[in-house]
Amino acid sequence: MKWLGLVSALLLALLAALVLGPAPVPLAELWQSPIVRDLRLPRALLGLLVGGSLGLAGSSLQSLVRNPLADPFLLGLSGGAGLGAVLAIALHVGGPWAIPLAAFAGALVALGLVFRLGLVGGAELDPRILLLGGVAVGAFCGAVMTAIVSLAEATELRNAYLWLWGGLSAASWDTVRVTALCLPIPVVVLLAAARPLDLLALGEEPARHLGADVRAVKRRVYLAASFLTAVSVAVAGVIGFVGLIVPHLGRALVGGRHLRLLPAAFLAGGTLLVLADTLARTVVAPRELPVGIVTALVGVPLFAILLRRWTAY
Amino acid sequence: MDRVLILDVSDVTFRYPGVARDALRAVTLGVSSGELVALLGPNGSGKTTLVRVALGLQPPRSGSVRVLGRAAAEWSRRDLARVVGVVPQREDNLFPQRVRETVRLGRYPRLGSFGRERAEDRAAVDRALERCDVLSLCDRWLWTLSGGEYQRVRIARALAQEPRLLVLDEPTASLDVRHEMELFELVRRLVDEQGLAALLVTHDVNLAARFADRLLLLSEGNAVASGPPADVLRPERAERVFGWPVAVSSFDGRPQITPLRRPS
Repeated sequence: MKWLGLVSALLLALLAALVLGPAPVPLAELWQSPIVRDLRLPRALLGLLVGGSLGLAGSSLQSLVRNPLADPFLLGLSGGAGLGAVLAIALHVGGPWAIPLAAFAGALVALGLVFRLGLVGGAELDPRILLLGGVAVGAFCGAVMTAIVSLAEATELRNAYLWLWGGLSAASWDTVRVTALCLPIPVVVLLAAARPLDLLALGEEPARHLGADVRAVKRRVYLAASFLTAVSVAVAGVIGFVGLIVPHLGRALVGGRHLRLLPAAFLAGGTLLVLADTLARTVVAPRELPVGIVTALVGVPLFAILLRRWTAY
Repeated sequence: MDRVLILDVSDVTFRYPGVARDALRAVTLGVSSGELVALLGPNGSGKTTLVRVALGLQPPRSGSVRVLGRAAAEWSRRDLARVVGVVPQREDNLFPQRVRETVRLGRYPRLGSFGRERAEDRAAVDRALERCDVLSLCDRWLWTLSGGEYQRVRIARALAQEPRLLVLDEPTASLDVRHEMELFELVRRLVDEQGLAALLVTHDVNLAARFADRLLLLSEGNAVASGPPADVLRPERAERVFGWPVAVSSFDGRPQITPLRRPS
């Protein structure tokens, strides 16, 4: 029943994304319209993939770092990706894939740095240091990024700034295809870690006593979830709060067991981002807002509510 | 029932990195099926360290740790979890959980390929809930339980692993008399009826003396005595180890310790 609800919500969101928009398309001609086929459909699908990835990555990372208020971008990836993208914009690297590739490379560098920092204490990945390392790497990248932006031309600055707030306007069938190709491996890795993640929620030592290979699980989950986040940020910029809020929605809907939570978080994340993007491109049509602004406007109040709930006891 | 030696810690010495003193010095400890062994000693005497070494979480500097005859370091965590169930002193559930859900986690080391839950897994969970007398609580949220109920649920989770050795680290800390007694009675019953081996770390010397078959008394990393409670808890020895004058009396044939008031 809950799953039926999740799937129908997603289908409704996709339908809304196809029907709504500044250019009116009669319902009867929906499938023939090139606007729907070449613009709205790939954009909705990209929203689904990116939102789903963020929901999935957020759910697994919250259990990994043992903090229910963690967001996938807390681990420094947004800073690395932003720095990569701003560099590409400032250096006038041409081609349609320049910014995504540069952002992806930046995110991977940040991922590697934070991962290395997380290992400073020894062979064991320390979740607390992961969080602190993420904040430090993010701050460093932010500083360099601002330095570059402050030296750049005005239009470049605007582009870079808008890119940082995330958006799906660059969606095309190519980006959908590339994104879809990147997802299966990390998604399978995370789903395979579902049961050990259940154990990890009790703490590392209890998880060990129950038979989990905690060290390997932590590494796999960190790398897979961060990779998903890096792919998302490369194709859609920094879209905040989806990865933070969706895991809580998922837990409220299907419970805390990761075997159910992770797929639910993917569906819910996809639904939310498709809806947010539809809002972002219709409320101020014909112009559009970066979708990250919509998710932040909706996400911050929800975050405040969560914060109250989690600190209540 | 034949006694099988399950945990065999032999002549183990351990030192934490960067510390000049041994945390354990030539400690020997064996736990067999159908036997309840209690580990006693003041704070900092090495009880927790000994448990960690015995569970293969810390490699000893010298000596050997064997579980069912095989070196602890050679066991995978999963295989070890099928033999040894642990109720750690502390855990904190990151997310709200119900009783049955948390007990199901105990099946993790025994799940089949692809982690599928089979009928036998569900049966084992029910059995564990029933043995610990928490079947009626199975739909409750963990945070609604009393301290005693919560500890019994955690023992049920360890039993769901279907282990041969149960290790309990301070299970009765902060429990009232009734819950403390219920818990000791439960562990004793599991040992007698299921032939489980149990290793109990505790500060409660008197309950340990009444329920355990053998005691191991640790002091500053040394095993100062081990054997039946009456042999271990001699007045001079207890005074020396616990650093406080005591009187030893006998109750039901078991030694009981009463700390004395210091004359002012």
